[in-house]
Amino acid sequence: MKFLCVECDRQMQFEERQLPGDGTLAAAFRCPTCGRVVALLTNPMETQLVASLGVKIGGTTLPPQPMEMVRGMVATGKPDAFEDEGERGAGSGTTWSVEAQERLARVPNFVRGMVKRIYLDYAKDRGIAEITPAVMDTARTELGLEGM
Amino acid sequence: MSLNIRTYRDLTEADRSGLVDQIVAQRRRVADRLASVRRVVAVLSGKGGVGKSFVTAGLARALARSGRVAGVLDADFNGPTIPALLGLPVARCTLHDDSIEPAVTSEGIRCFSMALLLEDGRPLAFRGPDAEAFVWRGALEAAALREFLADVAWGALDELLVDLPPGVQRFQELTELLPAPPAVLAVTIPTPESRDAVRRALRGAIDRKATPLGVVENMVGGPFAGSAADELAAEFGIPVLARIPWHPSAEIWTALAVIIGVTS
Repeated sequence: MKFLCVECDRQMQFEERQLPGDGTLAAAFRCPTCGRVVALLTNPMETQLVASLGVKIGGTTLPPQPMEMVRGMVATGKPDAFEDEGERGAGSGTTWSVEAQERLARVPNFVRGMVKRIYLDYAKDRGIAEITPAVMDTARTELGLEGM
Repeated sequence: MSLNIRTYRDLTEADRSGLVDQIVAQRRRVADRLASVRRVVAVLSGKGGVGKSFVTAGLARALARSGRVAGVLDADFNGPTIPALLGLPVARCTLHDDSIEPAVTSEGIRCFSMALLLEDGRPLAFRGPDAEAFVWRGALEAAALREFLADVAWGALDELLVDLPPGVQRFQELTELLPAPPAVLAVTIPTPESRDAVRRALRGAIDRKATPLGVVENMVGGPFAGSAADELAAEFGIPVLARIPWHPSAEIWTALAVIIGVTS
């Protein structure tokens, strides 16, 4: 998927992504010549299709978690399916605000370990000392976690 | 006056999304993970109820008894039975930084299956919009197959048996994901109806450059009449590897394992 600024005959460049709600995925692209910005909006089904391909529009900055799609998308998984050893060293020194802990506690057990690790990796990568709901929202948008 | 629009491939400027690169990386991850697997064997029939999983499990056990290192990937996500057939105890899956440990039977068979992940008695369901789920569900199942191949720490295996569901779609997904086409073990029951379904599946596999090892005829000596295995063998120029009766002895499976081992 690429965008062409027909007027300038230039390939538009990815600018940013957002999850504005209602299952919409928004990806903005800018023309490097004239500066015009267009946004691609997907409906929930199309958002799901993108997630199912395991690709991130706008690229990815963190390494994939093992079975990221299965753990993130299966709705009927056993709560205790995984013995999560994934927190070793990840995000060491990073703390969670009370609100962030409450929000994490609402994530189904099947996927909670992976979600926690993704946020810790994200915080560590960016030098964030405390994970808050706002950090979680930003991470979710930046990392392309449409399904989570 | 129509616009003069270039093609996708004409646009070659650096793309931060790198979607193609992400897909290539996914394929590379599968190839890297399977680099220590000597052979992938797809167990297929194109027909439901012929005993693919039963044959897969019996063969895996016989391979293990004969000293070969075997793994089983249960690719039947909607009706996974391999853990039960292999007698795997219920256990949690151990996660590492970049992989998940397969379950291991007392005979040393490494196994991964959706049955290890799903709540008892619940079907495989995905989170997502209900509307038009048929559009994305197939893509999610294909992604699950990719992750089963790429993210399970299979280790060094002589044979990775892939137990396929009925139909040909999962086989097509498998061949697209693997770095090279798999070997194929076709399973049929004696009936002409089964023969016809297996014929289509085998033809599809050969069209995709898979190597057919032969045919296993299951449920022989029971109520199902016919000579499907012989007819398929003659048509495709492949051997009948085994005829499995209703209550097979260990010797039957051992003989099949020996033949499979010889072809490896």
